[in-house]
Amino acid sequence: MNPPLPPPRPLTHLDHLESEAIHVLREVAAEFARPALLFSAGKDSICLLRVAQKAFHPSPLPLPLLNIDTGHHFPELNEFRDRRAAELGARLIVRTVADAIARGVAVPAPGEVSRNRLQIPTLLAAIEEAQFDCLLGGARRDEEKSRAKERFFSLRDPFGQWDPKNQRPEIWDLYNPRLHPGEHMRVFPLSNWTELDIWEYIQRERLAVPSLYYSHRRACVRRQGQWLAVTDLQPVRAGEEVRELSVRVRTIGDITSTGLIESPADSVADILAELRLARVTERGSRADDRASATALEDRKRQGYF
Amino acid sequence: MTAQPDSTAPELLRFNTCGSVDDGKSTLIGRLLYDSKSLMEDQVADLEHSADLTGGGQVNLANLTDGLRAEREQGITIDVAYRYFATPRRRFILADTPGHRQYTRNMVTGASTAQLSIVLVDARHGLTEQTRRHMGIAALLRVPHLVVAVNKMDLVDWSAARFAELQAEFAALPAHLGLAGATFIPLSALLGDNVVTRSPHTPWHGGPPLLEHLETVAVPAPAGPEDPFRLPVQWVNRPHLPTHPQLRDFRGVSGRLAGGRVRPGQEIQVLPGGQRSTVREIWTGDGPVAEADAPQSVTLVLADDLDIGRGDLLVSPGSAPRSSAEPAADLCWLHPTPLAVGKKYWLKHHARTQPVIVSSLTGRLEPATFTTEPAPAALAMNDLGRVTLRTAQPVHYDDYARNRTLGGFILIDPATHATVAAGMFDGDGAGRPD
Repeated sequence: MNPPLPPPRPLTHLDHLESEAIHVLREVAAEFARPALLFSAGKDSICLLRVAQKAFHPSPLPLPLLNIDTGHHFPELNEFRDRRAAELGARLIVRTVADAIARGVAVPAPGEVSRNRLQIPTLLAAIEEAQFDCLLGGARRDEEKSRAKERFFSLRDPFGQWDPKNQRPEIWDLYNPRLHPGEHMRVFPLSNWTELDIWEYIQRERLAVPSLYYSHRRACVRRQGQWLAVTDLQPVRAGEEVRELSVRVRTIGDITSTGLIESPADSVADILAELRLARVTERGSRADDRASATALEDRKRQGYF
Repeated sequence: MTAQPDSTAPELLRFNTCGSVDDGKSTLIGRLLYDSKSLMEDQVADLEHSADLTGGGQVNLANLTDGLRAEREQGITIDVAYRYFATPRRRFILADTPGHRQYTRNMVTGASTAQLSIVLVDARHGLTEQTRRHMGIAALLRVPHLVVAVNKMDLVDWSAARFAELQAEFAALPAHLGLAGATFIPLSALLGDNVVTRSPHTPWHGGPPLLEHLETVAVPAPAGPEDPFRLPVQWVNRPHLPTHPQLRDFRGVSGRLAGGRVRPGQEIQVLPGGQRSTVREIWTGDGPVAEADAPQSVTLVLADDLDIGRGDLLVSPGSAPRSSAEPAADLCWLHPTPLAVGKKYWLKHHARTQPVIVSSLTGRLEPATFTTEPAPAALAMNDLGRVTLRTAQPVHYDDYARNRTLGGFILIDPATHATVAAGMFDGDGAGRPD
């Protein structure tokens, strides 16, 4: 005999978004021979990993995790990355920009400090080395204007480039996964999630996130209208005033480009409350995106995440 | 302060907007986002920055949606862009689709997942051919709700008579394709009247402003629990854990419910094989559940060990879908290379992909007049046509009007891998234009 059934629970917007993302993840597992999941230990990829766990449950994750280490990561992030992969028993592949520079795969311009551009050839070399045909990422369409037109299944040519005028139409939930040799697909199951959805999902699923997202005391300097962390990689410049502040991050990039916001929020509930009152977008705190009105679009064309 | 819902706000509305280039669609979206306080300070700052550079000091709300550089350069929207905003009542996903005639394919894309379509009309110009085409496509794609946003009402002096004329024009359109009714709203996107706040200029209009309508209109389930049970099998879940006591022999079929409700003990039939079994357990990422409804993603464990794979379809034995190796369908051609009758394509229908040829092109659909014209020599990009397909194995489908997931398909060119067409099965031509 079946137990008495509870009345049907109305599906929330998070249920709809989760079901959609699971559907996309299963399409990837079924259609691609060598997929991998880009796991940066940022909040979006943490949610993506959780949805992936659910999509294939009770099977273990049928794909490895991939991370491109720029060498400019916050150390907390790499610790979190390694710990989470170990908890899941997932295979974690890490490729470093430093190694790519040593091998001549990535070539820094004279005086180039940022590793932002250099992670592109590093990633493309990792794809070629492992013969990945599909990379899953946690990018969301609400992050930035050029992402608003991104597909769930985003085709990359043999040079890893994205051509906004040559993307396949996506009708209903029918995704076209066909590739020619050398091409690969980037797939974004969380395309329809917003920053608020991400934090509500973190709350609902009780997900751990790196401590950087929570308020902490840190030495900061003010550059180009934002607070940046003082570290060995990012020393104080002459004439700059160092301030010890209670800060946290909204979005994590490299140490050199991640803006810190002053915030007392030290729990998911506090962050959600803060977010509901927020008056700037999360990418407003990323120096790499503020370089020009089309900065992210330009990097995407070249093969950025 | 931004009005944002708390986490108990359950509802999500997906809608799309379509309008001709000069109807003011981008301005309307900008206004919707701006007045509902869905924009952040840095976005407003970008907007004001671009106003200083290129707008002669005038903030151009259209700059919010014309995101890609190519679009800014050409001054047109070239693709479907998705926007997200929230009010205390609802979350919204907006597919912004361009109105230019050659971009019909984008409108089909945007409408395919929409629960509501907003068609913009310039109050001065009325229901142009372009407008009627947008309405016809919304009808063909079976978007459940239609809103006609009558824009630039300020330019016709907020004339109730002009507004009534447009309503009458709409009422006189042939009621084909299930285009039953529409909600008309008089507004000015530029000035903000009746977008978020009620206009003082339209005391003769009883209805709510646009945003309030979006917040309160019933959200239809694409294929709800009351519809026949359908589960397209995406993936077979086999943990391959030979030493695990419980999971050693685990075998589940994973997919997203495309209709109906599933409970343990329920009888199912597998298509195309025809085998029957019963559902033993329903697994989700949160553990076993006693019941699941469309559109949840689930993994079913059946009582019998059947040979089931990706592309199979689980249905209730009492409500099997149609089955045919020569199904009729409506096709929207999406690619610059026209349809070749008799050429092999791939048909992707839910999780099943198989070779197909279009055996005949029997008519061209003209959405602007809601009519079927004689078959053209070819179906070119942005054309809509009536076709018959031929497949090696029968297709198990529902008419698109009954079930979007089981009724929709795409065609893929096997040489270029391009997605060349979107199609809608329509078994007996019911509900079709004459």
